[in-house]
Amino acid sequence: MSDIINLTLSALIDKIKKKELSSQEITNAFIARAEKSKDLNTYITTDFENAIEKAKKFDEKGNFDYKLPGVPLAIKDLFCTNNLKTTAGSKILSNFIPSYESTVTQHLWDEGAILLGKLNCDEFAMGSSNETSFFGNVESPVGKKVVPGGSSGGSASALAAKLTPATIGTDTGGSIRQPASFTGTVGLKPTYGSCSRYGIVAFASSLDQAGPMTQDVSDAALMLDVISKYDIKDSTSVNFKRGDYFKSLSSNIKGKKIGIPNEYRVDGMPKEIESLWQDGITLLKNLGAKIIDISLPHTNYALPAYYIVAPAEASSNLARYDGVKYGYRSEGENLISMYENTRSEGFGDEVKRRIMIGTYVLSSGYYDAYYLKAQKIRRLIKNDFDEAYKSVDAILTPSTPSSAFKIGDKTDDPVSMYLNDIFTVPVNLSGLPAISIPAGKDKNNYPLGLQLIGKAFEEQNLLNISYSMEKELSFKNNLQDWWIK
Amino acid sequence: MSKNKEYLIKRGKSEYEVIIGLEVHAQVLSKSKLFSDSPTNFGAEPNTQVSLVDAAFPGMLPVINEFCIKQAVKTGIGLNAAINKKSIFDRKNYFYADLPQGYQISQYKDPIVGEGSILLDLPEGEKKVGIERLHLEQDAGKSIHDIDPQNTLVDLNRSGVALMEIVSKPDLRSPEEVNLYIKKLRSIMRYLGTCDGNMQEGSLRADVNVSIRKTGDKKLGTRCEIKNVNSIKFMQMAIEYEANRQADILEEGGSIDQETRLFDTKKNETRSMRSKEDAHDYRYFPDPDLLPLELTDDFISKIKKEIPELPDEKKKRFVDKFKLTPYEANILVSDIETSKYFEDVIKNSDIKLATNWITGELFALLNDRNLEISQSPISSKNLSSLINLIKNGTISGKIAKTVFEIMANESKDPKSIIDEKGLKQQSDPKEIEKIVDDVIKENPKNVELFKSGKDKLFGFFVGQVMKKTDGKANPKLVNDILKKKLN
Repeated sequence: MSDIINLTLSALIDKIKKKELSSQEITNAFIARAEKSKDLNTYITTDFENAIEKAKKFDEKGNFDYKLPGVPLAIKDLFCTNNLKTTAGSKILSNFIPSYESTVTQHLWDEGAILLGKLNCDEFAMGSSNETSFFGNVESPVGKKVVPGGSSGGSASALAAKLTPATIGTDTGGSIRQPASFTGTVGLKPTYGSCSRYGIVAFASSLDQAGPMTQDVSDAALMLDVISKYDIKDSTSVNFKRGDYFKSLSSNIKGKKIGIPNEYRVDGMPKEIESLWQDGITLLKNLGAKIIDISLPHTNYALPAYYIVAPAEASSNLARYDGVKYGYRSEGENLISMYENTRSEGFGDEVKRRIMIGTYVLSSGYYDAYYLKAQKIRRLIKNDFDEAYKSVDAILTPSTPSSAFKIGDKTDDPVSMYLNDIFTVPVNLSGLPAISIPAGKDKNNYPLGLQLIGKAFEEQNLLNISYSMEKELSFKNNLQDWWIK
Repeated sequence: MSKNKEYLIKRGKSEYEVIIGLEVHAQVLSKSKLFSDSPTNFGAEPNTQVSLVDAAFPGMLPVINEFCIKQAVKTGIGLNAAINKKSIFDRKNYFYADLPQGYQISQYKDPIVGEGSILLDLPEGEKKVGIERLHLEQDAGKSIHDIDPQNTLVDLNRSGVALMEIVSKPDLRSPEEVNLYIKKLRSIMRYLGTCDGNMQEGSLRADVNVSIRKTGDKKLGTRCEIKNVNSIKFMQMAIEYEANRQADILEEGGSIDQETRLFDTKKNETRSMRSKEDAHDYRYFPDPDLLPLELTDDFISKIKKEIPELPDEKKKRFVDKFKLTPYEANILVSDIETSKYFEDVIKNSDIKLATNWITGELFALLNDRNLEISQSPISSKNLSSLINLIKNGTISGKIAKTVFEIMANESKDPKSIIDEKGLKQQSDPKEIEKIVDDVIKENPKNVELFKSGKDKLFGFFVGQVMKKTDGKANPKLVNDILKKKLN
């Protein structure tokens, strides 16, 4: 049993294909471990009985040519799943059962994967510590009372704690990469337009992107092969020629030009992050890459611009949760009071905060000063990257300005919480792909991640560079299973 | 531009000119909605034409319906308007129970169609009315307050249906001009097949902007917007009421508040709905679920090739080629079906007779029975035969009217009616001569009087001959023979 849960996704698939392990054995192993790991609060909804049933069916007459043959997966509760409660971590959707499936999860099932259940996340993916979920905060397996990051905190925690062999999250401003960095796992945010947004509960439509969270880079490539597909149901989906990411993995990065952006050396960055970054640069040099200092001059404006654009879109995207059609409703004496009661009770503080910010920045009289200006900054940030990519193939930065923090440490200080995203948001604003890989540990033995940012639609390049680094880094989480009951 | 017979509001010594602009909401003729594949049939059971997108379920995304884009471009071309090769869909944010997304997808700063114009035929001549813009947007659902005493019910069948909002410049000056404008706009869209123009079914509604100013003033007065008026008659009544209301206020030294008003069709008055201060802040911003809409030259030119002959060109052709008066041409081209009917009839028949019969007898019949020309009991083919039977002397104009009436009830072809009922004209000169002789023989006194100079009695003799032939005698022959015999 313990062998099973310690296998990477690709190793599991290998064993299934060789019939060394059955889907049932694997599914049961992850379920058994999940049952003992309830204290981490990673699951919002489990679907174990169905999973076992599906595994049985797969073992009886499954297709072993699938990319994810009989592999059980738990996924972020932001993806709508047919017939299974989908909450987005919110009270307002706490009783919502979709009659449809998101495109991305459908791709997983179409390749033979089996749904274990839905993983906790920040409410509507708004948060960097998984503390805004209506279903309670998630604990990270890396340390007691430590946050797993957010918003894909449940996903990161479940993955690091080996409750699922791989998972998918969504990343609007760092929601895949930051929790990956906090939990010693790999998180990839693909280029905007790679993975369909159809059926994903929207936070900020122009930034949201689904992506894999895995134990290593190969697994990320494998998952990307499955979920990155053009979708006519998402008008922002891009019909570009996708690679054969897993098969094309290569650790030869000789001659690759890696940019080091000066502006990411922020004030007050801990020494250990600084040296993590430096070690990463040295490693890349040793692997034959060429290091080039670059400038991304508008980096400082990325976070403020993000915290205008994302709430603006969110304020509009969340208007549909009004108690009229589905989801939570609190009665009122008239329509307006029903709205007020429903939304006051149905949304948590962070969501309300962002709805208010978003409503404000779109209001007449403020639109030009905030929303329009933020959009201009967004273009400038994109231009910075375009300029840099004239001389480099990818960019290396730390994933986060600090390691994981304790639960409750930042809940009273939204701005310090928002600062967590400082290295990740420019990527979303520019629509670029980026990956976070575990690269070291801090003094508390909490993982630290490095981020590689690539050119649009060049995920293969990004995967190859991180693949080659991963081999040399040989990072191990070495978790003590302290939460197991 | 010739001057319209002026519509002025008089108060003592003051005269006020009325300035009107219209925002017409025209439902795009399309089988499916603007951003989903739900059907758009009118009158379906509530909530049976609703997709997950229309009901704004979590994670659902709009996908533009290319046909609706085509329809909007087509309409733009029909309005002689600039087609914008890049346009943007924005979200107009507000809460209402029948607006499932909490926003309407519309176009704000960058509409698909820019400035154009419509030509009105006024008795004094033509008038060009400017079009400011045309943009695409989603319709909302419907809140129903009168079925359940406790609750408001919501029907989302209309939610997401494509509308074209066509905004005129403030160029209209009277309720009659508004009437002509709406009719012309409707006619153009029906020619194009982009909107059925059915006001009863809500396919065409308008917000009416009304302001007044003293005659001679250059500056526009403060306007009031009358929301969602769904018939031409109500638009005219609302304008009339509103212009007079504003004149009363100004006469008493007051000033007009910019506001949105509703027209109460029962009381025939407008009343305030919300003031400018209470106006919604719609927080428009580009919809991040949709990319900017970019049209290629090829796409636009293909649509241009599909544009049929429109009313203005058709009218010109009817006048030039068929020698109709502008008045007749106007009547015949205003509705595309009428013009088709007319052109069918004249393929094989006399133009002048066809014009008279269509605008006279046929229109009277349709009007009487409240029918569209497409529902006419008399087909264009049958009317054409009837006209030919008159023209070749088989029946007289008078008998033709009888035949027409029978055709209207039995939908038969005129020839068989004439045969069945023996209505064929008597055109044999010998037979007519015999009857004329009889009439002269039977009325010696009148013959005497006629010969002594009472010319008027000629009619009497014609009448007598007709009476004896049940009206079937060829009137020209009767005249000729009578003249010969009496002189």
